Amino acid sequence: MTNLNSKAVASAADSAEMLAETAEQDGGPVRSGWRMLLPTMTPWLAVGLILIGSITLFGLLGPFLVGDPTTIRDQGLTGPSSEFWLGTTQTGQDVLAQLAYATRGSLQIGVIVGLLATALSSFFGIYGAYRGRAIDEAFSLLTNVFLVIPGLPLVIVISGFVPQESRGLWTIAVVLAVTSWAAAARVLRAQTLSVRSRDYVAASQVSGERSWRVIVVEILPNLLPVIASQFVFAVIAAILSEAGLSFIGLGASNSSTLGTMLFYAQNGFALPLGAWWWFIPPGLIIALFGMGLSLVNFSIDEIINPKLKNLRLHRKRARRALRLERELARGTRAENPAAGPTAEESAR
Amino acid sequence: MTSVHVTNLVKDYTLRTGLKRTRLRAVDHVNLELVPGRTVALVGESGSGKSTIAKILTRMERPTSGTVEVKLDDGTAVSKAGYRREVQMVFQDPFASLNPFHSIEHHIARPLRIHGRTATKQETHERVLEMLERVNLSPAPNLAPRRPHELSGGQRQRVAIARALAPGARVLIADEPVSMLDVSIRLGVLNLLGRLQREDRLAVLYITHDLATARHFSDEIVVLYRGRVVERGPADAVILDPHHDYTKLLALAAPDPERPGSMTADEPIDRDAIDNSVCYDHFAGEWREAGVPAAAQSEATR
Repeated sequence: MTNLNSKAVASAADSAEMLAETAEQDGGPVRSGWRMLLPTMTPWLAVGLILIGSITLFGLLGPFLVGDPTTIRDQGLTGPSSEFWLGTTQTGQDVLAQLAYATRGSLQIGVIVGLLATALSSFFGIYGAYRGRAIDEAFSLLTNVFLVIPGLPLVIVISGFVPQESRGLWTIAVVLAVTSWAAAARVLRAQTLSVRSRDYVAASQVSGERSWRVIVVEILPNLLPVIASQFVFAVIAAILSEAGLSFIGLGASNSSTLGTMLFYAQNGFALPLGAWWWFIPPGLIIALFGMGLSLVNFSIDEIINPKLKNLRLHRKRARRALRLERELARGTRAENPAAGPTAEESAR
Repeated sequence: MTSVHVTNLVKDYTLRTGLKRTRLRAVDHVNLELVPGRTVALVGESGSGKSTIAKILTRMERPTSGTVEVKLDDGTAVSKAGYRREVQMVFQDPFASLNPFHSIEHHIARPLRIHGRTATKQETHERVLEMLERVNLSPAPNLAPRRPHELSGGQRQRVAIARALAPGARVLIADEPVSMLDVSIRLGVLNLLGRLQREDRLAVLYITHDLATARHFSDEIVVLYRGRVVERGPADAVILDPHHDYTKLLALAAPDPERPGSMTADEPIDRDAIDNSVCYDHFAGEWREAGVPAAAQSEATR
C-alpha cells in the first residue's frame, strides 16, 4: 500500500510500459474492419467462386449470344451437334438457348428472394432484439409463427390460389421470401442479443449515439458474416424451391427458369425417350450452383464459427511447428548422425 | 466546471421466479457528491451496488427513486440533452468496450461529432490525434487507423479514456478502470487519470474494490455494502482508522507484507454479523442510520 505512492516508481512503470507497447506496434500493415470480414482463400472457396462466377456469367451474357429459345424447327429431339451444342427439344427448340434464358431467370428469382428474405430476417431479428421488451416479444412471436408454417405446402397453396395470369415473377418471389425468412431471423435475434450486451454498445449509447446508428454502425458490422451466410443460403433455397414449384407447374407464368425447363422436359417424355441433353444440363446447373454457394458458405462459416476459427489458427500453427521441428531434426542429424532417429521420432 | 449531486438514490430490481415476484434493493438511499477536482472512490464487493450506481449516473438505468442533479458552475442544472456531454464513463473491460470492427479513430471521432465539438472531417481527424497524444498514445497518426485488437490492454484503456473525454466531459465515472489490466500497467493508467483530472479539474467517481488504489488515487472514500453506504470519509481516515466492521474486513483483506500471517489467516470478523443498517461518517465523526432518507441530516452536516 505504501510503495504505491512513490512517484519515481510510477513514472518508471509508465515509461517502461510505453516502450514495450511501441515496440509491439511496429510492423504489420494497417488493415480496415472490412478486411476482417473476408474469408481467407482456400481451394474450396476458389472452386465455389469459380462455379458461381461462370454460371452467373453464363446467365448474364448467355442470352445475348444464343438465338431465340422459342423458335420451333422441324428437327425435333436431335442430340448435341455442331449446330445445336446441346441438341434440341421435342419441338426443335435450341436447348442451349433455353438453358441460357432459364439460368438467367433462376438467378433473378434467387437474388430477389435472397434480398427480400435477408431484409425481412434482419429487420425482425435485429431490430426486435435491440429494442427488447414488448417489441422483441411481438417480433419473436411472429417469427415463431412463420417458423412453424410448413413452407412448400403453403407456397403450393398460394401459387395455386393466385390466378395464372397474375402469377408473375414477383408474386412467386414474395411468396418464397415470406415463407423462408423466419429461421434466419431467429439466429440473428440470438446473435444481436449477444452483441447488444457488449460493453462497446453501452459505450456508444453513453456517448450519445442515436439508436439507429448504434444498430447500423456498431452492431450490424459484427453480424455481417452471419447475414452474408444467410443470404447465400436463402439464394440456394429460393432457386431450389422455385425449381420445385415450376416443375409441378405452379411457377411464374411469364418466365423461363431451370424449373420450367425440367417441367417441359418431363412433359415431353425426355427421360423415356433417352433425350438426356434436355434434362441433364438444367439439373446440372442447379446442382453446381448450389454446390458453389455451399462452398462459399463453408468459408464464411470459418469466420463465424469460433470452433472453426480456432481450428484454422491451430492448423497454421501446427504447420509452422512441424516445419521448425523438421529443420531442427535436419540440423541435429547433420551435426551428430547418431542423434538422427531420436529427433525424427520426436518430430513424428 | 460541473458537479453532481446524488440524493437518496434507490434502485429496485424485480426478480421473477415462476409466478412469484421478489424485490431486490440494489441501491438503498445512497447520497453522493462529486465536485470538480475531487475524486470519490466507491468501494465495495461484487453485488454491493457499485456498478448499478454507475449505470444510473450514466443514464443506462433509471433510478426507482431519488435524484441525480448535474449542475454547472453558475448553479444551472444541465438539461437532458447536455447530460451525456457532461457525464462520461470509462468501462471496466478494455477488451470489450471497443468495437472490434472499427478503428481507434472511429471511437474518438464519433463522440466529437455527436456533440458538435468539431465541424469538418479534417478538424475531427486533427482533434482525434490531439486526444490520443493527451492520453500518452504516440505516435498518434500510426495508432489512429489501427483496430482495437492490435493494441494492448493498457493502450485500449487509454483509448477508452480519450473517448470518454472527447465530448468535453467534466464528470468522469471510472468503473474499475484498471482491474482488468496487468499490475505493471495499472499505475500508468491511474496516473494518467490523475493527470487529466488535475488538468481539466474533473469530478471523478472511481469505482473499485481495491483499497490500495482507492487510497492512492482518491480524496474521499465511500464504502458500500449490500446497497448501503456503511462508511464515508477522507481517504486516509477510512483506510487507517476504519470503524465499520465491513471496512475493517476490507482493510484486513489487503495483504500487508508488514503483518506476518495476514495472507493465511481466516477472516477475523464474522461476515454474517456485519450490520449494514449503520454508517460511520468521518466528516461528522459520528454513527448514523444507513438506508434512510438523509435530507435533514445532510443539512446538519453542511
